[in-house]
Amino acid sequence: MSDAVTTRRSRRQSRGPYGRLGSALNELDDRVGVAKGGRSFLDKIFPDHWSFMLGEIALYSFVVVLVTGVFLTLYYVPSQALVTYHGSYLPLDGTSMTEAYASTVNLSFAVRAGLLMRQMHHWSADIFIGAIVVHMARVFFTGAFRKPRELNWTIGVTLLTLAIVNGFLGYSLPDDLVSGTGIRIAYSIILSVPLVGTYLAFFIFGGNFPGTAVIPRFFILHVLIVPALIVGLVGAHLFLLVRQKHTQFPGEGRTERNVVGSPMFPVFMAKTTGFMLIVAGVTALLGAFAQINPIWQFGPYEAARISYAVQPDWYMAFLDGALRIFPSWSFHSFGYTIPFEVTIPAVVFPGLLFGLAYAWPAIERRVTHDDALHNLLDRPSSRPKRTAAGVAVLAMLSMLFIASSTDVIANFFHVSLNTVLWTMRILVLVSPFVAYPIGYFIAKEIHATRGGGRRKTVNVVERTASGEYVATPAPAYGDDVPTELAPTPVPTFITPPEAVPPTDPGTRTVDR
Amino acid sequence: MSQMSEHRTPVSIQGLAADDPHLAPAARHPRLVERVIALNFVVGLVLVIGFGACYWVNAAPWTLGATMGGGLFFLGVGLVAWGKYLMPRGPFVEERHPLASAAVERDAFAAAIVERGGGVVKRRKVLGGLLGGGLGAFGIVALFPLLRSLGPLPKGTLFHTDWRSGTYAVDQTGRRVSVGELAIGSIMTVFPEGLENTDRGQAVDQTVLIRISNENFVTQKGRETWAPQGYLAYSKLCTHLGCPVGLYEQQLQLLVCPCHQSMFNATNGAIPEFGPAPRPLPQLPLYIDAQGYIRAQSDYHEPVGPGFWERS
Ligand code: HEM
Ligand code: FES
Repeated sequence: MSDAVTTRRSRRQSRGPYGRLGSALNELDDRVGVAKGGRSFLDKIFPDHWSFMLGEIALYSFVVVLVTGVFLTLYYVPSQALVTYHGSYLPLDGTSMTEAYASTVNLSFAVRAGLLMRQMHHWSADIFIGAIVVHMARVFFTGAFRKPRELNWTIGVTLLTLAIVNGFLGYSLPDDLVSGTGIRIAYSIILSVPLVGTYLAFFIFGGNFPGTAVIPRFFILHVLIVPALIVGLVGAHLFLLVRQKHTQFPGEGRTERNVVGSPMFPVFMAKTTGFMLIVAGVTALLGAFAQINPIWQFGPYEAARISYAVQPDWYMAFLDGALRIFPSWSFHSFGYTIPFEVTIPAVVFPGLLFGLAYAWPAIERRVTHDDALHNLLDRPSSRPKRTAAGVAVLAMLSMLFIASSTDVIANFFHVSLNTVLWTMRILVLVSPFVAYPIGYFIAKEIHATRGGGRRKTVNVVERTASGEYVATPAPAYGDDVPTELAPTPVPTFITPPEAVPPTDPGTRTVDR
Repeated sequence: MSQMSEHRTPVSIQGLAADDPHLAPAARHPRLVERVIALNFVVGLVLVIGFGACYWVNAAPWTLGATMGGGLFFLGVGLVAWGKYLMPRGPFVEERHPLASAAVERDAFAAAIVERGGGVVKRRKVLGGLLGGGLGAFGIVALFPLLRSLGPLPKGTLFHTDWRSGTYAVDQTGRRVSVGELAIGSIMTVFPEGLENTDRGQAVDQTVLIRISNENFVTQKGRETWAPQGYLAYSKLCTHLGCPVGLYEQQLQLLVCPCHQSMFNATNGAIPEFGPAPRPLPQLPLYIDAQGYIRAQSDYHEPVGPGFWERS
């Protein structure tokens, strides 16, 4: 027993104080020099504010999208060749359909866990895009896009664009009746581009709609090209994040020159890994209990058929709404046509919207003449104009979102389609102008309120013997007293004391 | 264990004592929290194993999702709680170091690019120009095959359909449509014979046939012969974005596109009455031959479907 202990001890001593792992790290450091950078990476501080989790939701749902997507590629067949279905889903037995559709039906019924993976893929795609939007709103309303982080804002807007594009491409892959109609609409939108529209459409689709190239081309874009771009940009996004360090809200001990929070290892790593598991878990639960895109009910795509409740995925709805409410103003002149009724709502409008998003940091800088570096965040209330502008855009987008279901609204409320149409037209145009002042004044009010967000302390009113009233503020509530300690640098534990002279904490001599 | 503690007495070299409150867990009752976390992990573990079991026996899809989702969820909650309540509560701080380099280094960097590069290139302007020209030309030349191979040129394809003078109208199965086919007020989708099963027949030539009355029906001036015995034919491609105009509102005699609710009046040449569609649906001139079959007099007189630049 004691023998074993001694050998173990001597072995440990020969390995140095950190045992096997420690000596492995030393070996690695000898060759690639990981210690210094690795140490500061482990000490990297992450601010503990809930709103910083939004980006994490986006990241982790993208991980789920990737994993489930790889599963789908193993069974999905990207081909428009016609087959007659004789699979396990009997209502479609004997139907002629493309291999793409047949393989997606098969994925749903014949592949073990296939339906779950399909539904998880679709849910996580929707969550991915939703999380990007909310994350972007957080960055916008807190001014996190200001210098030095404009580049990361630009990358973020590009990521949102790519995510929406890839969502549309993926949605098209099953080649069912609903998604096929979506492709038809996309084709017509491309066709509407002045001058080059017909060429663009013919090159993208390999000919007139539908052609035989759409599904294979969309497939390779969807599973390789766009995801590769997204992965690369996510990498750049995170690299910049690490390099520039997080922003933080102002508060106790927080300055422009520091970051306060939890260290990467182990606290943040535990929390974020746990959070990833939660995101994946919730997605799986949604995949289990909330049906999404039951393509077997829609039937295969046939160009001359149409289903009645045609509605795209949620992130496309604002475009659909814009197309619905825009008037039928086609422009004809000099023997040419510009289909304004399509070009403006579906090409120009999203172009302006994303252009505005790209340009916002520059616009704001031009207005404020603020050239300083910012690491402390704004509270939305302290920048009423910016906040109001964001609210105005969101209000308009929400109205467009609602406008994508004019027919449903008309049926539901038993009003004429015409009434709904005009109501939505007016709401879309008016909402930003109503939302702006409301946002502005609410922000100003909140900003003017002292200690907003904290409970007010009670004033105790007493009547003295002489009949006088005296008000004395009661002491603060126990949990309103800041419990946070003053921030301190991440401590390092080392073997005492001879290994490291305390005056030189960063270095360590390695015996060779 | 004893050696461990002997060797690893925590000594902070950055001024924190081992019993510093920053290192204490955030939880007020760490023991309790630990138990709750353990419970989460156990439930997670059981569910994850259950997932394996469900997969093994090929249970219903929802059981797979429920066990996997639940398992990951509980493991995740436990791990988050561990990080949040049992690990050093902090807060910790890290200094930011300015990203910008010292002025000297910036100058040196800029100088290296401008002076060194500029010097070399400026002295050999012609070489630089030739190289740039060659690479630029390659870029442009390479762009053409890259784009051009992607698909055919549009040429006239968007201007014509496959309806010709004398083409029989057939239904989805290829059966010729004859005059007794439709009751008044009903509609069907027809295709040019022989193309009913092709992509082009389906996507471009699709035509909606309406029986609107018993007599020749005139929708507009100049179309006196187009709708014999009340058989009217319109392109089924919505002029908005090309969805099939699949609905017929019989009372109002409106063709309705379900995509964005454009409505076309069947009686007057499908002039849009509502919605974003800018143009009437093109009308196909029909005749009824001696055997009573419905046939086209010619192609449509204008391009079908949504608008595009070259369309006049
Ligand atoms: C930005 C990331 C992505 C988004 C937003 C996204 C979105 C979607 C959506 C909405 C669908 C339709 C699913 C349905 O209901 O059937 C889909 C299908 C599909 N996706 Fe993705 N996806 C992404 C990345 C990937 C990746 C990286 C792969 C593979 C490596 C992949 C493989 C597939 C396959 C094979 C299908 C067709 C099978 C099916 O529809 O069930 N996806 N995608
Ligand atoms: S496609 Fe018919 S109304 Fe839009």
